[in-house]
Amino acid sequence: MITLLYFARLREALGTGREELALPSGINTLGALRDHLSKRGDAWAREMADGRNLRAAVNQDVAAADTPIKDGDEIAFFPPVTGG
Amino acid sequence: MKSLSFHRLPGADAMSVRVQEQDFDVSAELALMRIGNPKIGAIASFVGVVRDINEGDSVATMTLEHYPGMTEKAITEIIGQARGRWEVLDALVIHRVGTLKPTDQIVLVIVASTHRGDAFAACEFIMDYLKTQAPFWKKEITPQGARWVDARVTDSRAAERWGSIEKS
Repeated sequence: MITLLYFARLREALGTGREELALPSGINTLGALRDHLSKRGDAWAREMADGRNLRAAVNQDVAAADTPIKDGDEIAFFPPVTGG
Repeated sequence: MKSLSFHRLPGADAMSVRVQEQDFDVSAELALMRIGNPKIGAIASFVGVVRDINEGDSVATMTLEHYPGMTEKAITEIIGQARGRWEVLDALVIHRVGTLKPTDQIVLVIVASTHRGDAFAACEFIMDYLKTQAPFWKKEITPQGARWVDARVTDSRAAERWGSIEKS
């Protein structure tokens, strides 16, 4: 299982902030996972689309699309940050 | 990228990162840093405050959301990067979350060094990187309704002028 976290505008748009998911077979990078999630349709298709300016982290480190993912990872998707 | 590693020498590389809902007392934090470390010759501090106007609209309140765990990790890493560039005897970052209103304090950065040049530069560097790297998000309540604040290009440019940061 992997833990998926969504924050801020993305969390509201998707209607969830957290889910546990069995890592789908053949999905082994962050980019592949994002593509997989976008196939859920509706808000997922819209929010996870390639053109959306999303950031992601794997195990709490900022990560790029080619970052490998594996079972047990904590993976977060979120909009560009606006703290300070 | 591997996890953070800091070589802890007694009193030589102290730092503290706090994410909290409650307000902070700048004077008290400055005194805490100064007292007990006679090597300190300069302390620079920055306080971020909630403005009443953003993007032309008045702001009644704002709510700050964050990513617990990653926030502390990201700020700790930013302080570590500052430490690699300047002499930093001690550093403190406090960032508030929850609901805030105009004139409230949001963020405090304090850096202590032997001399002012390093303290000023490290304080500004930490703040610039915090704005673009630490996972916080602001949602404003305005007369037109609630809206998530968009990231600013000027903040990215402010961070970029320090050059690329190497991962620790």
